[in-house]
Amino acid sequence: MSDHIVSAYSEELERLSAEIMKMGGIVETMIDDASRALGSNDLELAKEVVARDPLVDAIEADAERQIVSLIARRQPMGHDLRMILSAMKISSELERIGDLSKNIAKRAQRLDENVNIEMRNAIMRMAQPVSRQLREVLNAYATASADKALAVWSSDDDIDHHYNSVFREMLTYLIEDPRRITAGAHMLFMAKNLERIGDHCTNIAEFVYYQVVGDYLSELERPKQNQV
Amino acid sequence: MDTSQDMPATMDNSLTLPVAHEGSSSPRIDCRNIKVFYGEAQAIHDVSMTFPDRAVTALIGPSGCGKSTFLRCLNRMNDTIENCRVEGEILMDGENINDADVDPVLLRSRVGMVFQKPNPFPKSIYDNIAYGPRIHGLANGREDLDAIVEKSLRRAGLWDEVKDRLAAPGTGLSGGQQQRLCIARAIAVQPEVILMDEPCSALDPIATARIEELIDELRNRYCIVIVTHSMQQAARVSQRTAFFHLGNLVELGDTNQIFTNPREKRTEDYITGRFG
Repeated sequence: MSDHIVSAYSEELERLSAEIMKMGGIVETMIDDASRALGSNDLELAKEVVARDPLVDAIEADAERQIVSLIARRQPMGHDLRMILSAMKISSELERIGDLSKNIAKRAQRLDENVNIEMRNAIMRMAQPVSRQLREVLNAYATASADKALAVWSSDDDIDHHYNSVFREMLTYLIEDPRRITAGAHMLFMAKNLERIGDHCTNIAEFVYYQVVGDYLSELERPKQNQV
Repeated sequence: MDTSQDMPATMDNSLTLPVAHEGSSSPRIDCRNIKVFYGEAQAIHDVSMTFPDRAVTALIGPSGCGKSTFLRCLNRMNDTIENCRVEGEILMDGENINDADVDPVLLRSRVGMVFQKPNPFPKSIYDNIAYGPRIHGLANGREDLDAIVEKSLRRAGLWDEVKDRLAAPGTGLSGGQQQRLCIARAIAVQPEVILMDEPCSALDPIATARIEELIDELRNRYCIVIVTHSMQQAARVSQRTAFFHLGNLVELGDTNQIFTNPREKRTEDYITGRFG
């Protein structure tokens, strides 16, 4: 898209979009590192993930200030308006993803080091498609691709399936050995957090689609697979 | 500035002026294949569009895009310009307003106009309003005329500010008041359509807000067409927006759609401030 006559306006929009990408990048490392910290019982890494959350919050607050200023001073229209509104929504979705990742990292620190590796692996396996969803939706945002956004939006049911099977798997571990209940409870929350992150990714996909196309993806029917 | 719609040379009292039309959904004005030429130069290229009753339609576009020229077709103001030629049909109540037997003076009482710069007559506030009804024979005696003046000033949101000084000259009012006086003058002759050519461009933001509030109220009774350079104003006051560029109607749509999700790239570029 060509530049605005007022070049400072274009620069402000670019700065906002860069801010969202930066936030997305940090949040992406939070999920991956939380999952790695869990898998290898790396408490230092888990601590680092928790420490990254305030940074995400600060970027969100800064993006919001930029958005308020853009609306007040530029009176955005058309695609610019949709881009700004989407940035506002996407930044709060990313902030939530950051919180949920932080929560996984916190729980990872509380786990007994002797906890069944199979249980750890189950969560790590689920984290992979979730992390991929986030990567792909950020890619859709960066390239302003409605097709990529639609692809992310349509594939959330994979994560829901995954969540259902992790839930059942956890229950079997707990039934086998009630001493695993504390760890199991943490891990059920972790799985739930990952499932929620998947939902936030679909929300982001909706905002990217709205920004690019101008129509609401959420008005279409998406199959719901979460049965728990 | 041309005020010929306010100062007709002839008058035909036998005309029954239309009474306030009840919410018809049919278009008040139906323009078909309008082409306007200034000598050899074509200013409007084959524009067809309708103007619904009881709604505000905004015409936007860069300077020289033909929006004012097009607006001026709607009450034959272009007749007053030498070497200006209008082709196509503009239908009001099924009648082509460009037909030879249509009296432009009568037409302009049905299609009132408000200009960029307020242009009150050098007369009293009262006479500014009373002039049109008087010459069109709309009032039966003084009392009736008083009532029309009061009603018009009230509708224009000016009554409370001027009721104690109706004999004072209209030119002594502030710019915003003068513009509301001109709107009151336009509605005093019971028009069906009100054309506004950048009615707020000479006003400060407060006076502008008053006019916009007034436009919103008038929309319940009239078909309003407004040309404005301010996209924010078009977005605020209109229900439908038409974007003109180089004499073409590029896009016409619901105002919400035009400003949040225009279909045409040229519209998008213009409303987002990217136009070269």
